Amino acid sequence: VSAIYALFTSPDAAQRAVNMLQSAGVGDDRITIVTGEPYEEYDFAHRDKATWMWYIAAAGGFVGLATATWLARLTELAWPLPTGNMPIVAWWPNLIIMFELTMLGGILAAVATLLVTAKLPSKRTGLYDPAVMDGQILVGVEGPSDASAVERALAGGELRRV
Amino acid sequence: MSGPAARKISDDLLRPLLRTSWRFYLLVAVLGSIVLTGLCTWFYQMWMGFGITGINNPVFWAFYITNFVFWIGISHAGTLISAILRLVNAGWRRPVTRCAEVITVFALMIGAMFPIIHLGRPWLFFWLVPYPNQRMIWPNFRSPLVWDFFAINTYLTGSVLFLVLPMIPDFALVRDRTTGLRRRIYGALALGWRGTPKQWHRLESAMSIMAIAIIPVAVSVHTIVSFDFSMAPVPMWHSTMFGPYFVAGAIFSGIAGLIIAMAAVRKFLHLEEYLHPVHFQNLGKLLLLMSLLWGYFVFAERLTIWYGNDTAEVAVLNVTQRGSFAPLYWTMVVCNFILPLFILSQKRLRTIAGCVIASFGVCIGMWLERFLIVVPSLGHKFLPYAWGQYRPRPVELIITVSTFAAMALLYTLFSKFVPIISIWELKVGGHDVQETRLERAEHVVGELRP
Repeated sequence: VSAIYALFTSPDAAQRAVNMLQSAGVGDDRITIVTGEPYEEYDFAHRDKATWMWYIAAAGGFVGLATATWLARLTELAWPLPTGNMPIVAWWPNLIIMFELTMLGGILAAVATLLVTAKLPSKRTGLYDPAVMDGQILVGVEGPSDASAVERALAGGELRRV
Repeated sequence: MSGPAARKISDDLLRPLLRTSWRFYLLVAVLGSIVLTGLCTWFYQMWMGFGITGINNPVFWAFYITNFVFWIGISHAGTLISAILRLVNAGWRRPVTRCAEVITVFALMIGAMFPIIHLGRPWLFFWLVPYPNQRMIWPNFRSPLVWDFFAINTYLTGSVLFLVLPMIPDFALVRDRTTGLRRRIYGALALGWRGTPKQWHRLESAMSIMAIAIIPVAVSVHTIVSFDFSMAPVPMWHSTMFGPYFVAGAIFSGIAGLIIAMAAVRKFLHLEEYLHPVHFQNLGKLLLLMSLLWGYFVFAERLTIWYGNDTAEVAVLNVTQRGSFAPLYWTMVVCNFILPLFILSQKRLRTIAGCVIASFGVCIGMWLERFLIVVPSLGHKFLPYAWGQYRPRPVELIITVSTFAAMALLYTLFSKFVPIISIWELKVGGHDVQETRLERAEHVVGELRP
C-alpha cells in the first residue's frame, strides 16, 4: 500500500480523523488533506498558514518603484523635451508612473509567490480524488509505516487504498 | 459545505457550461454581426481617413474619447467594488464578485481601444510604449496620455489576475466533472490545482494583497483619465475637483453596469436561487448613494463656475444649460439624479426591475455626462471666433453601438465557458449560514437548560 486515504462528508469527521492520526504518531507533514473549499473554522485547515507573501509583495513593490524611477529619469534625460516650463526631470508627473509601477510590482510579486509556493502549475502527483470537488474532504497518509493504525484513524470515512 | 447542497450548487452553476441552447447561438450570431459591422466600419475609417468622422477643428475629441471615458468608468464596477467587499468581508458579495470583475476586464479592453481608434493610424499605437528603440526616442513622460498607458495597463493586469486567480479552483471542479477535450482544456486551466490547505492559504493571501493594491490603482486610473482633461487650460476642464468627480462618476456608472449585467445573468442563466433580490437592493442603495454624490459634485462644479463668472467658463456653462446642449444636459440630470432618486429612495420600488430601470437611466446619463464634458468645452474655447460645432457621423455612431454589442458578446461568451458565480466562494458562504444556524441552536439549547 503506497497510500491510504478516506473521504469524509463532514469537516467535523475529517477533523476527528486528523486528530486521531496525530494521536497515532503520524506527523503533520505526512498527513494529506484536500478540500474543495477552504475551511477556516477547522484546525486542519490552519496548516502551512505562515507565508512570506506580504513581505515579497512589498519587495516587489519596491522593485517596481525603483524601476519606474530609473525608467522615467532615463527617458527624460535621453530625449530632453522642454514641456510647459517644466524641468526636464519633472518629479510631479513622474510620481504617477512611480505609483503605478509600484503597485504593479507588488501585484506581480504576490502572484508569482502564489504560483511558486502553491506549486502551480503542476501535474497532480499527490493524493487526490475527484469526489473532493463534490464537497467531500480527503484525509490521507502517503507511505504509511503502520497501515493498520492509519486505517483505524480513518475508519470514520470512506476508506480507499492506492 | 458537503453532500447534496454542495452538489446542487455545482450542478446549477455548471449547467450553462455543460448545456447549450439555440438561444445562445442566436444571441452570439446577432451580437457577433453587430461587432463585425463595427470592425468593418473601423477599417473603412482607416481606409478613407479620419475626415469621414465628424471630428474637426476645434472639436478634436468627441464620440471616441467620450466612449473611452465611459468604458473606463464602467470598468470601475468590478474589481474596485469586489475588492472593497472582499476587504470588509461582506457575506453578500459572494455571488456578485465574479459578475463584477468580468465587467472590469472587458470594459477596460474596450475602453483602451478608443484612444487607438482615435489615433486614425492605429498601427502606430506602439509609439506610446516606452521601449528602447534605435534613436532612443521615448514618449514624453510628462504627457497625461502616457500616464493613461501606465495606469490602464496596471489596472488591466491587476484586474485580469484578480479575476483569474479565484477561477482556478472552479476550473478544477469543471475538470473533474467533464470528459474528453473539455476535461483537457479545463485541466490545463486548473494548473494542477488540488485544494490542499497550503494552496487555499496562498490563494487567499494573494487575493487579500491584490484587493489592497487594486483599490488605489482603480482610484488612480480614473483620476488619471480626468487628468487628460484637467491638465489642459480649456474652459470647464482645468479644475482641481475633476479627479474625485471622475472617480465618483466611474463608480456610479460601474454599479449601474453591474446591476444590468447581474439582472441579465439571473434571467437568462436561471440563477434566481443565487442572485437574490437583496443583492439588487444592496447595490441599489449603493447606486442611490453615488447618485447623491454625483449630484453634489455637479452642484459644486456648476456653482463655483457660475459664481466665478469667468467669461469663457460661463459661456460653456450657458451652452450646456440653456443653449444647444441643454436637451442633453437636462436628460443627463433626469437620468443620473431624478430617476434614481425617485426609484431607489422608495423601498417598494427598489425591486430588481426598479434597480434595472434606474441603472439603464444612469448608463445613458453617464454617457451623456462624458459627452457634455468633452464636446461643449472644446467647441467654446477662449476666443469666440474659434468656436465650432460637432455632429457625429455614421462611422462614429456605428462604432459606438458595436462596442456595446462587443461588451454583451464578451460577457455572453465568458458566462458560457466559465462559472459566472464563484462556486467555491459560494460554498464557503454556506459555512457562515451553517455556523449561524449552529450558534442559534446552541443559544436555544442554552436557554432551555435549567
